[in-house]
Amino acid sequence: MEFFRCLGAGTRASFTKLGRASFFLISILAGISSVLVRPRLLLKQLHSVGVLSFLIITISGLFVGMVLGLQGYYILSRFGAEETLGVMVAASLVRELGPVVAALLFAGRAGSALTAEIGLMKATEQLSGMEMMAIDPIKRIISPRFLAGFLSMPLLAALFSAVGIIGGQIVGSGLLGVDDGAYWSQMRANLDFQDDIINGVIKSIVFGFVTSWIALFEGYDAIPTAEGVSRATTRTVVNSAFSILGLDFILTALMFGDN
Amino acid sequence: MPHTHTQDTLVGLFVAAGIASLFFLGLQVSNLSSFSHGNTYEITANFSNSGGLKVKSAVSAAGVKIGSVKAITFDSKTFESVVKMDIDAQYKTLPDDVTASVYTAGLLGEQYVSLDGGGSDEYLKNGSKIEITNSALVLEKALGQFLFKSAEEKKATPVDDKKGRK
Repeated sequence: MEFFRCLGAGTRASFTKLGRASFFLISILAGISSVLVRPRLLLKQLHSVGVLSFLIITISGLFVGMVLGLQGYYILSRFGAEETLGVMVAASLVRELGPVVAALLFAGRAGSALTAEIGLMKATEQLSGMEMMAIDPIKRIISPRFLAGFLSMPLLAALFSAVGIIGGQIVGSGLLGVDDGAYWSQMRANLDFQDDIINGVIKSIVFGFVTSWIALFEGYDAIPTAEGVSRATTRTVVNSAFSILGLDFILTALMFGDN
Repeated sequence: MPHTHTQDTLVGLFVAAGIASLFFLGLQVSNLSSFSHGNTYEITANFSNSGGLKVKSAVSAAGVKIGSVKAITFDSKTFESVVKMDIDAQYKTLPDDVTASVYTAGLLGEQYVSLDGGGSDEYLKNGSKIEITNSALVLEKALGQFLFKSAEEKKATPVDDKKGRK
């Protein structure tokens, strides 16, 4: 009997949380208009969310592209098809790895920082202090951060893919001797702007939206103690990773399922 | 960090790098730049079998890509596949008696339409139809015919001794 009571309470708590998260999202979206009036706030957050993630994204992208070049060459050369290395590297980066790995790194680098920051603001009662001064903390603190995450993610994912393709080219044609012209021309012949690149950008926009939402909500909803903030930070990374990978499957099925 | 010019510059650089990589993906990686969608004219060809030809497959002449397949439909009266192709407007001097054939690039490669030959003084115009076509080679069909033929030959020459033919 005790077990069922716990199960019911747990289910109810998680639905309540989902409901709170939805209301939170609506109020963030309503607060975005006031961010556009004060672009300074957005600029500052773009710096801390986007610019500071720049290095980790670029370096990871370069190495992922180089590994793809090596592994792809190893498999493709068995079939005598190492000329198509460019297609393999570019397609896997633009369609999948670019948006997904960039979003996972973004959740780890920027998402956790956002949660910890908001959680600590709550724990030190800065958010309540703002409310006392009749400043809406959602408009002033949350919405600029949300917009910054939402805008940075597609840029970071595009950067990841572009650097990865160059990394694949360094390994493929620099070290392994794939023809440089074939690398680029095969890529250009087989990748479509609409089907591959735009769909990859759409994926990264969705991931940016979800990751920023989760990170900010977990921070805002954290229990205002040291332990609560640490738990909220962990939940941000775990939930973001789940949502990114789950949504990736759904988006891939919708976008590439019919061909 | 206070509001400084350094911060502005860094954000600017970040946004510029992101947009530059989107442009890189668009222009260098995808086929956006290789073929202009603007100035094209449309021609049609009927094939008795267009094989694995797909929309956006290449149309080439002498090995050079000059256009792409726009639509493939089935004509239920003639039982033929109607292939509409967009040809780049700069190649407007194709003779109207060219042969359109469906070929495969490499053994396992993609199928494409090749325009060959022709010596007429009249040129293909928007909406023209290519009369002479060669269908795609369907590998299963060819293999089936080959196997059938070799079985027939075996039947024709009775196998009376154990040596047989190879």
